[in-house]
Amino acid sequence: MNLLYSEIEEDLRASVRAVLTDHCPPSAVLARLESDSPCDMDLWRILVELGVTGLHVPEDRGGQGASLRETAVVMEELGRFVAPVPFLGSTVLATTALLACDSDLVGSLASGTTTGALAVPLTAAPGSPFPATVSASADGLLTGRVTSVVDARAASLLVVPVAGPALYAVRADAPGVTVTEVVSLDMTRRIADVSLASTPGVVIASGDQATAAVEAALRAGAGLLASEQVGIAETCLEQTVRHVKDRHQFGRAIGSFQAIKHRLADLWLELVCARATARHAADALTRQADDADVAVALAQSECADLAVHAAEEAVQLHGGIGMTWEHPAHLSLKRAKVNQLALGTPGEHRMTLGHMVHLLMDIPSRR
Amino acid sequence: MTHSGHIRDRVRELLAAHDPGSTDRLEFLRARFDAGLAWVHYPVGLGGLAAPRELQQVVDAELDEAGAPDNDPLRIGIGLGMAAPTILTYGTEEQKSRFLRPLWTGEEVWCQLFSEPGAGSDLAALGTRAVRDGDDWVVTGQKVWTSSAHTARWAILLARTDPDLPKHQGITYFVCDMTAPGVEVRPLRQITGEAEFNEVFLTDVRIPDAHRLGAVGEGWKVARTTLMNERVAIGGAAIPREGGMIGIVADTWRQHPELRTPELHARLVKLWARAEALRLTGVRLRQQLAAGAPGPEGSGMKLAFARLAQDISGFEVELMGEAGLRYDDWTLCRPDQVDFTGRGPGYRYLRAKGNSIEGGTSEILRNIIAERVLGLPSEPRSDTGPWKDLPR
Repeated sequence: MNLLYSEIEEDLRASVRAVLTDHCPPSAVLARLESDSPCDMDLWRILVELGVTGLHVPEDRGGQGASLRETAVVMEELGRFVAPVPFLGSTVLATTALLACDSDLVGSLASGTTTGALAVPLTAAPGSPFPATVSASADGLLTGRVTSVVDARAASLLVVPVAGPALYAVRADAPGVTVTEVVSLDMTRRIADVSLASTPGVVIASGDQATAAVEAALRAGAGLLASEQVGIAETCLEQTVRHVKDRHQFGRAIGSFQAIKHRLADLWLELVCARATARHAADALTRQADDADVAVALAQSECADLAVHAAEEAVQLHGGIGMTWEHPAHLSLKRAKVNQLALGTPGEHRMTLGHMVHLLMDIPSRR
Repeated sequence: MTHSGHIRDRVRELLAAHDPGSTDRLEFLRARFDAGLAWVHYPVGLGGLAAPRELQQVVDAELDEAGAPDNDPLRIGIGLGMAAPTILTYGTEEQKSRFLRPLWTGEEVWCQLFSEPGAGSDLAALGTRAVRDGDDWVVTGQKVWTSSAHTARWAILLARTDPDLPKHQGITYFVCDMTAPGVEVRPLRQITGEAEFNEVFLTDVRIPDAHRLGAVGEGWKVARTTLMNERVAIGGAAIPREGGMIGIVADTWRQHPELRTPELHARLVKLWARAEALRLTGVRLRQQLAAGAPGPEGSGMKLAFARLAQDISGFEVELMGEAGLRYDDWTLCRPDQVDFTGRGPGYRYLRAKGNSIEGGTSEILRNIIAERVLGLPSEPRSDTGPWKDLPR
């Protein structure tokens, strides 16, 4: 078990952060909020050139041959900047599903020539039943509807779970496909409802392999989302610390009041503990450890609430400024709050966790 | 260069010359000290070999395997964790050779005379006076929360030698003989019923100047060495999953399905997750130390541990149902060391309340994190003038 960041991972972080500092300042994210192009595809292309879309894809399948540990570091950085790019939907969820299906399509996602999305509701948790809202006709045409699909509008390739179970690859411009963007709480990472009406697709997995592929994607997604949540919390804490050092009331920096500094000390401590769980999850997923499921559930239990807490503290401790549209604190708040629901709520993950570590709720019948 | 092979040879020589099976315990411990295997990172001649600290694990494992007695470290924790590093750093050659050997073997127990009724979190405000009289100092004052005072031969003591200076500057650090005339120890009963601590009254106690540690007026600087070591000691060792108090509660849950409710279940799993997260944080901290890059994370461990211990033990009493209405034993006793696992849930609940007070309150630890880790400004001070003029 290695819970640290390697030198290579720190170098990767530095490269990604440099790109995001230049191309993804809060002003740019704010300006894009109500525009017609919610994803920053220029930024996405720069990240693709950096190679971050293929980190956990083996080299012989068109990727970088690194691991989910490195992908997790990218998630941390994207979380810090609340970057509006389809990394979660394409690089984490769709790519992991395709990897588990031995599909050749994974190469195009790894290289960034294609952007994908996994057609499941963003609230789907690891361990939940295989989604079966789309069905295939006898001649292989797909019909059905999947709501709340993350990064769907940016995707040209949809990976669609179909009753059976099976997994299909569907081109977003195929006949009968409708992607309807909804008004999302997190406007930097939007969701859309996807409808298919007698749409042609290609089977890429069926039976147990399809189930396992969706499960692998949800598990990796939940595990790596913890790293994004750590990134969000870290940036909220840093910005808030900077603010309370600078902001003066009653003739002194407000950060000198214990009422404020104790809250920030507590938040720092929560972050320290949550980071250990996020690293543990990324590491366990990479090693395909026996307790990877425990590690993921634990990380979501700790990191999802941490990010919300950090963002809420940021809004509160910035005072009236934190309540304004022009200050970026609400970007983190909205991302953190949506992440709390994404890929399983902390409560759902704890239910799973309790089961896995034999802390059962059921009361065995007594003789 | 001392390496693990060399250390193993020394252990073998010790065992050959002093068979643990037939050697008197104290005789063995003294021989171990003299062989430099007590604390290998200490200097040669003072129980060590000037070797890297990590090699101690090699020694301990080999001696444990050979069935050798240990020095009962929990019983003499204050001596080992606080007095010894301070004596090593600031003691004279005479002090080091007089005190360290019986301290380590446990022949002489140590206690700490720091806190006072009027100086707790604000330790530097302490008012116990030491006045010079020839080759001696005459000490008068009251100390409190003193573990082991009733078994101790020696104490590390902070006293005010110059009340005209600002509070941090007029303090001097001494070694006090607990058997000297004028030292009176009274048990101080806690909310658990036991008396782990004592009050210590000092009335015209004479301490020879040769028992001063560090220069006159430098006591605060010396004390910082002691306190730093206290927090490191409390920070905790590696434990397996469910190794701490959460394991006791989890076992109760598994063995008593009749106690289960959905609401308790949700809280239990949440506590389990927090305990596991804190355990992993400790693992990560040790990995950072091993990689030679200690982070500031260590300063938060005690704070997190205190809160978790209180939440788990509070939960446990609730979980127990009717049994939670009972207490194992209120009899006044004076334990050598804290025993969290050997007692009942009620005891754990009450004793854990001390975790956020002893060794730095959680409020002071939050100040330390906020100011030293996050770099936030301190509260404006109103206590910078001469000590004697401070309101109290």
